[in-house]
Amino acid sequence: MSNNVERESVIRARSLTKKYKDFVAVDGIDFDVYRGESFGLLGPNGAGKSTTMKMITSVSQRSSGELTILGKEPNDQGPEIRAHLGVVPQKDMLDRELKVWENLVTYGRYFGLPRKWLKAKVEELLEFAQLTDKRNEKADDLSGGMQRRLAIARGLVNEPEILLLDEPTTGLDPQARHILWDRLFRLKEQGVTLVLTTHYMDEAEQLCDRIIVMDKGKIMAEGSPAELIRDYSSKEVVELRFGTDKNEIVAKQLEGRGDRLELLPDRILIYTEQGEALLTSILESGLHPVTSLVRRSSLEDVFLRLTGRTLVD
Amino acid sequence: MTLEFKPGSVVDTKRAVRFGAWRVAEYRFYSMSKWMASVIAFGLGNPILYLISVGLGIGALVDANTGGGGILGVPYIQFVAPALLASAAIQGVMDEVTFPTMDGFVWDKLFFAINATSVSARQIADGVMIVALGRGLFTTLMYLGVLLAFGAVPLTSVVPLLLSSMLAAWGWSSVMLAITARLERDEGYFALIGRFVIAPMFLFSGTFYPLEQMPIYLQPLGWISPLWHSVQLGRHLSYGMELADGMFFVHLGYLAIMGIVGMRFVYPKFKERLSR
Repeated sequence: MSNNVERESVIRARSLTKKYKDFVAVDGIDFDVYRGESFGLLGPNGAGKSTTMKMITSVSQRSSGELTILGKEPNDQGPEIRAHLGVVPQKDMLDRELKVWENLVTYGRYFGLPRKWLKAKVEELLEFAQLTDKRNEKADDLSGGMQRRLAIARGLVNEPEILLLDEPTTGLDPQARHILWDRLFRLKEQGVTLVLTTHYMDEAEQLCDRIIVMDKGKIMAEGSPAELIRDYSSKEVVELRFGTDKNEIVAKQLEGRGDRLELLPDRILIYTEQGEALLTSILESGLHPVTSLVRRSSLEDVFLRLTGRTLVD
Repeated sequence: MTLEFKPGSVVDTKRAVRFGAWRVAEYRFYSMSKWMASVIAFGLGNPILYLISVGLGIGALVDANTGGGGILGVPYIQFVAPALLASAAIQGVMDEVTFPTMDGFVWDKLFFAINATSVSARQIADGVMIVALGRGLFTTLMYLGVLLAFGAVPLTSVVPLLLSSMLAAWGWSSVMLAITARLERDEGYFALIGRFVIAPMFLFSGTFYPLEQMPIYLQPLGWISPLWHSVQLGRHLSYGMELADGMFFVHLGYLAIMGIVGMRFVYPKFKERLSR
């Protein structure tokens, strides 16, 4: 991102820290989110993503450091900031007793929006969330994917400058995830600033222009998905499975092949620029993996490289 | 389908951050309106049962045995009315500051969703109080309506009785809300409070007879009870029962202090809890 200087920073954090008694949840992180971009906080559970989100939402006060959101100070202008944020919490927190459309109207009222304006807005949001034909059902009766879409529609009711999404597709089935990604992608196209946390690498790759990788409250790396993969991984990965007992033994024999080798409990990963060629040469050398696979390098590999751990919880 | 989107220009910030408490209340009353029938049924059922039981039963007995003089110069039902009304008000607020409040924090976590808007934690707490007092007022009005219909209280008593009842409701609900805000989960506390606090309070607050009838060592139970203070105020204001010097302000002050001190604990706890 070469022209950051000209872009307007809507969230600015410097040495941002959050401590709970002896535990440091967020440990002095620096980042900027620019208007119109889609920004991802990536990391395993407990990395400090949600805590960072709560500070951005201005409900949780930082322990030290600086934080500015939309040019305002969250410690004493929380409500003013939140008037222009859209928040999609991890647990949807819908009113399950109210109908779909009622959830949207009541939420809009909290922002002091007039009923008449909301009436039209709600129809638009329902259509966007593909919930028009469910408008009169209780939120409780919707599927998980629909509830999440309703939560997103609710987060958009005040036409926010920044939409914050905490683990937007956790717990959804693949089809529901793809529908959701499509909707979020459309928002991004319309210039809504998105900030999302995720522990899914594919989600970050699909949705984010820029990512910070967090672990144990610190930022491990920052950049676009492509930049991160380029800087911290190789183009391709060869995955080999020889069986749980044999992986370790074979890994020793494979030492030196490719750019880098990672031994995981269930498989061996070899990073290389030319996956197919490497796999062929390995097979020719007389090794017979139970399964083998050449794939593009992903953020999962970046994370493994940065932390020595996989993201799967 | 594209959304019409003008980020940041739709919400009037000044307007958004004001009256948050009323918007919380607006939403709660709207949700509640869905089971209005049962609210009214409970609201009316209770007073009618009490009136039949206490008014026709005990009242007739007392009035007959006092040569029609009733208690302290008024018919028994008029003597009991301030107590019935204040306990109705307390019961009304309890219905809001217990389970629905717990729901907002623990089960559906709606308070967290509300706090993600321009509504502050303090406004949510105030909103809960508005709704609680609204429910207390509603229950009290139902009671009062029945009492008036039965000719049990004179019309002139209506305003003083509402004041004394609602003051008790405010003091009590604010303390109770402070307790609920501290509970991480229910674990039967509300049932315990109902059984071991509310029920004894109802019985030992000079409700059915003057507190002075109790042996002196039991009277402190009444002195600490907001119900007793409210009942004394109600009896004084509605039919001029004599109060000892300065006691008017003691009763008033006790309830007001409960209300103020309770809220002093409520606000920071709401803020802390919603920041998690």
